[in-house]
Amino acid sequence: MEQVTNYKIFNRTDRSLLNLWWWTVDRWTIAALFLLLFIGGFMNISVSGATGGRIGLDTFYLARHHLVMIPAAIFIMLFFSFLSVRHLFQAAMIILAGSIFLTLVTPFIGSEIKGAKRWIRLVGFSLQPSEFIKPTFAIATAWLLARQSLHISDWKKFLSSWGFSLILYGFIIFLLIRQPDLGMAFVISITWFAQLFFAGLHRGWVLFLLISGILGLIAAYTFLPHVAARVDRFLNPEAGDNFQVNQALQAFSSGGLYGKGPGEGVVKKNIPDAHSDFIFAVIGEELGLIACILVVALYGFIFLRGTSRLLREDSLFVVLASAGILISFTIQAMINIASAINLIPTKGMTLPFISYGGSSMIAISMAMGMLLSLTRQRLGETEQL
Amino acid sequence: MDDLTQTFKPLDWQIKKSWKFSKLADPRLQSTYVPYKQYNQRQRISKAQNRLVVTCSLLILCMMAIFLRLTEVILWKGTTQIRTTSPVDTNLPIVKRADIVDRNGVILATSLPTYSLYANPREMLDKKDAVEKLMRVFPDLDYQQLLSRLNSDRSFVWVRRNLSPAQSQIVWRLGIPGLQFIQEEKRGYPLGALLAHVVGFADVDNKGLSGIERSFDEYLTNSTDPLRLSIDIRLQHIIRQELTETIKQFTAVGGVGVLMDIRTGEILAMVSLPDFDPNNPANATSDELFNRPILGVYEMGSTFKIFNTALAIDSGVVSITDQFDAQGPLHVGGFKIHDFNPINRLLTVPEIMLHSSNIASARMAMKVGTERQKIFLEKLGLLDPVSVELMETAKPLYPKTWRDINTMTIAYGHGIAVTPLHLIVGVSAIVNDGKYYAPTLIARSSRNINVIRQVISPQTSRQVRDIMRLVVEKGTGKKADVAGYYVGGKTGTAEKQVAGLYQKDARLASFVSVFPIYEPRYALLVMVDEPKPNASSQGFATGGWVAAPTAGRIIQRIAPVLNILPTEKLPLLTSDNYATSQTGLVNLNGEE
Repeated sequence: MEQVTNYKIFNRTDRSLLNLWWWTVDRWTIAALFLLLFIGGFMNISVSGATGGRIGLDTFYLARHHLVMIPAAIFIMLFFSFLSVRHLFQAAMIILAGSIFLTLVTPFIGSEIKGAKRWIRLVGFSLQPSEFIKPTFAIATAWLLARQSLHISDWKKFLSSWGFSLILYGFIIFLLIRQPDLGMAFVISITWFAQLFFAGLHRGWVLFLLISGILGLIAAYTFLPHVAARVDRFLNPEAGDNFQVNQALQAFSSGGLYGKGPGEGVVKKNIPDAHSDFIFAVIGEELGLIACILVVALYGFIFLRGTSRLLREDSLFVVLASAGILISFTIQAMINIASAINLIPTKGMTLPFISYGGSSMIAISMAMGMLLSLTRQRLGETEQL
Repeated sequence: MDDLTQTFKPLDWQIKKSWKFSKLADPRLQSTYVPYKQYNQRQRISKAQNRLVVTCSLLILCMMAIFLRLTEVILWKGTTQIRTTSPVDTNLPIVKRADIVDRNGVILATSLPTYSLYANPREMLDKKDAVEKLMRVFPDLDYQQLLSRLNSDRSFVWVRRNLSPAQSQIVWRLGIPGLQFIQEEKRGYPLGALLAHVVGFADVDNKGLSGIERSFDEYLTNSTDPLRLSIDIRLQHIIRQELTETIKQFTAVGGVGVLMDIRTGEILAMVSLPDFDPNNPANATSDELFNRPILGVYEMGSTFKIFNTALAIDSGVVSITDQFDAQGPLHVGGFKIHDFNPINRLLTVPEIMLHSSNIASARMAMKVGTERQKIFLEKLGLLDPVSVELMETAKPLYPKTWRDINTMTIAYGHGIAVTPLHLIVGVSAIVNDGKYYAPTLIARSSRNINVIRQVISPQTSRQVRDIMRLVVEKGTGKKADVAGYYVGGKTGTAEKQVAGLYQKDARLASFVSVFPIYEPRYALLVMVDEPKPNASSQGFATGGWVAAPTAGRIIQRIAPVLNILPTEKLPLLTSDNYATSQTGLVNLNGEE
């Protein structure tokens, strides 16, 4: 009976907006994202007391603020997923321009948190404008790269396609390093490089960019003392204070296979960033190894699922844009998880959809909405921009 | 589409010619719009898709690495170096201070885990009520003081350190919010006052304040191996008991007893009376805290004649058969030197010791000379602070300009003040074939002996030993003799100086002894501070009447503990060889 009713609501023959959306959108990805949001809400309730209590907030403060954001995130995600590719592109460009402008002015009107100016207050919200650059810049790059082949001799054609993307990339990286927000710069660089790679960059250039990326990391190690300190502590754990990482590792090992049970963890009392950078450790302690593997698998599933949709896609722009968004989403999750289990040096990065964080979650749900819109099945040829 | 073109107008300035977006505005172009077909869009898409698949396999590799690492971290925790921090007390690591034990492993100082109670006033609901409840557990708390401290704007207020398990349980049960415990450790001294001065004590934060606790503070803090002292607590106990008895008997103000292993320099016992309980050092008076054997400097009196005799013989200036005039008093530049038991005739060198003649000693010292005396005392370490593993050591007092009168008084132990430990270390060197060992309070193997310095020749050493035996057999030290153990020694009775004047009734009675004298193993010093004469000592309060009997009783009790068998016949020498008649010394083992 239930199915019959469903059949009536989402009738394949019904060409209404909602119906069209339901039959063309990637419902498996939506399910995975909803599951991530659910886990995030759950974990934020768990860490709220310990983390909020320590910084002098009401013990339910973080949980409340996070739970309020979830419906907003869902709304934004679904809203963007309804957009057509062309409208999506228009919206993305407006948001990109706005975010770049706000990032530009952040050093002057922003508030300083932990030694970096990344946040500005906007109509009662703390906003990190650079978060919105990530997906929208990926879309802009995808459009620019899809316009022309990469092998062009004409100077003007170069500037109108990936040359412009290069300029834009350099400008954005400059803005981010000025804040400084190296984590974001790193993710955007990886995304941009991946998009160039997908767009058919010659192997020699791929190699060259990989090497310059490594050189860039070495330069960061050499010239930025706080980067050097983190890498040193990772390479030689006895040398310095690895408090958060050690606590996280202890949390995982005390959690075991099945975890101590929801809310039973103690590590969140000791780790200052238990609600953001180290929420994966809390999952490990309270829900155990199986839940950890499930979370990693969810991120992997979203990437693989998105990719599989792209393999049937016939628009280069859609392939590049979706791949860019997927890469930035997945790389952020993997870096967060690898940091928490001490596989790589710690890098402050939130776990998408699970970590606490108002504006970051809105930005990510916007990105995911854009992804859902791009990967919708289109009858016939993709509408052209 | 107009709004779109307008929105992106700003981009137009650079790339106007290739800007083909406007074409989109024309609906007629929509269906046929393939703007860059010359670049073979299809081919590019399939290349992108191939490369996407490559990226997917990279991601799967990453995820595999994460899965492996997760499994390692969660299930094989041993393979990662996880610092085990207590989840409750992250900022107060508990350091276990090492034990101090005696040479046989008896615990002298140890650390006990305790709980210390503190309050976080910001979390307290009713401070008055809390203080009232705490007063019931600790009636000696200061109500007003604690309340005012709790009312201050602090988040940490000590209530009471080092609670017993029972006390902490009671406080726990009070259930007062804002009260917290910190695990600490408290230093405990199970033997109480027995070795208080040597071991010393530590403060409430486990920082050593005196004795070994202070000088080895760093070792004790960083090490977990117990620190083994040279002290034998059984010997310490016997000496302390006998000395306490003597002090009571002669209503003395204090006493010193030091036992040293001559062959290694190890101090086996070091008693300073009065003493104190190191578990409660706050209640001790400064007199009780004063470690006499190393901190007190005294004019030793006649025991110094051992040094004077050894110097005289070893210098070669004086032969053991030489005679010195003991007729007195001896007038030297306004001073008069008396003898306690005036003999008023010529005395041989052994007779000088036997009768403890100050006059003859002074004359002998003058024959040897000031410079030799000074060098000799320096070689014996009597002019520098004694080097032992304690920080509370005193500097000897001696004349800045060493004139003849000083040489004469120093000959019989006046005009120079050293610590009791100086005396016994010096005497040990004299009887140990002239080999000087630095004293130590740490157990050492016989192979690991510090400074060795030859101060006199072995021949001189043996002659001095013979004379010291004579003193016990025939002279002032008779009361120290113990059948079978062949004690040798020298008495000393010094008048104490108070404000620069010698006091007739304030004496320091001492006896330094060595046993068995034919093969010296142990040196014992007994000093009694200000003994009062009584009937049992026939009205005397001298070294021979007060300190010598105590030394005898101690040797009688410690010799079996030290595993020395009593000997029936003296193997190498007989004191009968020193026939001390009116004609003086007649035979000297046929050597001289």
